[in-house]
Amino acid sequence: MNIFEARNLVKFFGGLGAVNGVSFKVEKGEIFGLIGPNGSGKTTIFNLINNYYPVTSGKIFFNGKDITGIKTHTICKLGIARTFQVVKPLARMTVLENVTASAFCRVNTIKEAQKLALEAIEFCGLEHYKDQRAKGLPIGLRKRLEITRALATQPELILLDETAAGLNPKELDQAIELIKEINGRDITLIIVEHIMKVIMTISNRILAINYGLPLAEGSPEEVSRNPEVIKAYLGEEYVKG
Amino acid sequence: MGPIFVFILAAVLPLVVNHDYYQHLMILVLIWVVIGSSWNLLAGYTGQVSFGHAAFFGIGAYTAGILNTKLALSPWWGMAFGGFTAIILGVLIGYLCFRLRGPYFALATLASGEILRLIANNWTDFTEGMVGILIMQTFVSKLPYYYIILCIAAGCIGVIYLAMNSKLGYYFVSIREDQDAAASLGINTTLYKNVSLMISSFFTGTAGAFYMNYMGFIDPSVVFSLHHISIQAILVGIIGGVATLWGPAIGALVMVGIQELFRTAVFGLAPKWVSQGHALAFGLLVVLTILYLSNGLVGDWPKIKKVLFRKAPQETS
Amino acid sequence: MLTLARILIVAGLILVGVPYMLVGIGMVMGTMGMNDLFQMTQTIVIGILIGGLYALIGIGMTLIMGVMGIINLAHGQILMTSMYVTFVSFKYFGLDPYVSILISMPCLFLVALFIGRYLLDPLIGRESILPENQVLMTVGIGLCLTEIMRFIFTSNYQSVRTSYANKAYYIGSVSFNYPLTIAFFIALMLTVGLFVFLMKTDIGRAIRATAQDKEAATLMGIPQRKITFSTYALGSALDAAAGSLLLPVYYLFPDLGGPFTLKAFVITILGGLGSTVGAILGGLTLGVYESLGATFISMGYKDAVGMVIFLLVLTFMPGGLKRVTKI
Repeated sequence: MNIFEARNLVKFFGGLGAVNGVSFKVEKGEIFGLIGPNGSGKTTIFNLINNYYPVTSGKIFFNGKDITGIKTHTICKLGIARTFQVVKPLARMTVLENVTASAFCRVNTIKEAQKLALEAIEFCGLEHYKDQRAKGLPIGLRKRLEITRALATQPELILLDETAAGLNPKELDQAIELIKEINGRDITLIIVEHIMKVIMTISNRILAINYGLPLAEGSPEEVSRNPEVIKAYLGEEYVKG
Repeated sequence: MGPIFVFILAAVLPLVVNHDYYQHLMILVLIWVVIGSSWNLLAGYTGQVSFGHAAFFGIGAYTAGILNTKLALSPWWGMAFGGFTAIILGVLIGYLCFRLRGPYFALATLASGEILRLIANNWTDFTEGMVGILIMQTFVSKLPYYYIILCIAAGCIGVIYLAMNSKLGYYFVSIREDQDAAASLGINTTLYKNVSLMISSFFTGTAGAFYMNYMGFIDPSVVFSLHHISIQAILVGIIGGVATLWGPAIGALVMVGIQELFRTAVFGLAPKWVSQGHALAFGLLVVLTILYLSNGLVGDWPKIKKVLFRKAPQETS
Repeated sequence: MLTLARILIVAGLILVGVPYMLVGIGMVMGTMGMNDLFQMTQTIVIGILIGGLYALIGIGMTLIMGVMGIINLAHGQILMTSMYVTFVSFKYFGLDPYVSILISMPCLFLVALFIGRYLLDPLIGRESILPENQVLMTVGIGLCLTEIMRFIFTSNYQSVRTSYANKAYYIGSVSFNYPLTIAFFIALMLTVGLFVFLMKTDIGRAIRATAQDKEAATLMGIPQRKITFSTYALGSALDAAAGSLLLPVYYLFPDLGGPFTLKAFVITILGGLGSTVGAILGGLTLGVYESLGATFISMGYKDAVGMVIFLLVLTFMPGGLKRVTKI
């Protein structure tokens, strides 16, 4: 069953077409990957989904309902959470406070919110840091904080924007583990990623885009063998035969 | 238990210092506690730095004054309504200004305050213009006024305390820290900015209405003043410490204290020309505070303690 | 060339077109007559002349805003201080205000350099809850300047009477007030000088680069901090010049800073943040419309004109005239 559908998304910034007609469907429970070279429009698509930017044209459906143009905070309440590529910690608040703030999406008292927050923090392995200020955290932990916050809003779908960028190999493995565990909780994920190791190993299906247009869609193996994709990423010379 | 102790102390103080002049100062301090704390809720906690709080103060004052002069209602009715007219004004100003960020927002609020001052100045039929409004004061003694403003101040700080220790508090600070992230976490930023603004404007407006009752006279250049109300509110917050509960209260104390100290030339002990410099002293205090104590007296208290007490013997490790 | 044409058209429309259109409407409605038409020309002339001074003030502020990213709320007080310096030069040294520009500009340049270096620079990049720390510092500075002047000169109104104060040139039957006209031309020369400086000198280019992209400029070896507080000094010097030019036609008292700071940022917002051409247009516009307000409505509402413009810009054209003139 389709939990999410993007139909003919188009976004123009002035004269620049960042997204030029992208459509895709995501099934409930799957991990859907979005890849493409720098500037291909991946993050813009995320920004369109949670209405950080309004669409120029196109429609977005969530659980069958048309959510195009609905305010960002309402989209979160409906069940779509997102992380940011350039992390946005609530800097002067502690980790616990950060996650508690997002837990208030579903509850109203501090007690309940903190309970939900602590659950999410434990799930993501941040208990040791819960009383540290967000701005003092190294990048790996800040990225994990983004995910923890998203989790605390009890979403059905999470948009992960380049969660793995800037992580060392050990952190990378931890991140992959975490994503799998989140998916194990029946949460659908759409992931934008650059790092092939991440996206190839965990995605069920992938959409490759370039210049805001779709290049190829399918399983990781299919997409990685697609000549257009190879050309876009590595250049003409690498396309076989 | 600290706050209760403070409240009792404050309640007893005017009975001990039963002198008109000092009681006047104490009332002034309390008025600024209200204005400063209200501003701090919106600016320090929610991150919306208003440069136009005089708009709320003034409209509260004029509500009380006009109800008295036009409808012959006791100005105390103005106290009841002053806060509410301020809220209405607040929602209007919020609607116009909240779509702006950072310095634009500050400027827009500044302009709002000035526009109200100009309206009050020129709509003479309604507001008596520059002549101002004069009313009969209800009480001769200052004591009743003192206790009224004390209750308003206590109420103000109490409400702020409750708000900051609830979902509201988390949401306000989230908005301050990163408005876009806050929206993605399900926070209706426009709504909560308005909530913060409404609480802030309510108490400031009530203080304004109180001012009308207490002083008996207002005019646009006083109650809608950019420098003496709007900017002063900001400075009280900064000197005391933004985003702290007691910061503005301390700031109010320091501000009135320093100004009086200088105005009276240290109560007559210093040469006369010192009295001319009270505003300058305050200006210098602002500059120094921003340079060295950017979190205010309360916020930077740990820093101050270190400097003041560094001569104390070190603990053995 | 196309840009210049666009700017001139916009300027013409705003400064001349709209006012005459208003008179035209008034005449059609029967509320205005030929007398008002003549009045309008005179009003526009006065507006443009004083607009030149306003433009100078606006350019100073927009330069500071563009490079430092802060609103200099002490701008009006710098103007006021310069006026006092000019006043002293006139009273005690017999120097004509327009000559005193040569004194007030360097004087305030140095003062502003000091302020920039020791009071504003330390705040850059400093972590604080309120991001407006620098702006609030300028508030404190403005306060100090006002009070220092009050301390020295008392709150009394001062004025300067030059020998040519009442003279006027006549073109047709439109009078060009002597002091204002001279002021306008000096302001014009200073503006042209500024443009040459910004376009042709290394420092000028460095300033423009910093205004466009601080990080990129740093990466190209432009010393950030020096440029920043030098720009503050430069903007203040222009402000100071405007002060000297203003003295012959304005009463001087310590508190006059506030309203001028407000005017300065109305001009800046109208013109578009960081746009020097915008500030020129903004200054002229404010001058003309204040003049219109004073002549056709009342003196009291003159200050309101600025506020109304401010609200209109914020509501309908947040980018300012910069959007239209594209510069």
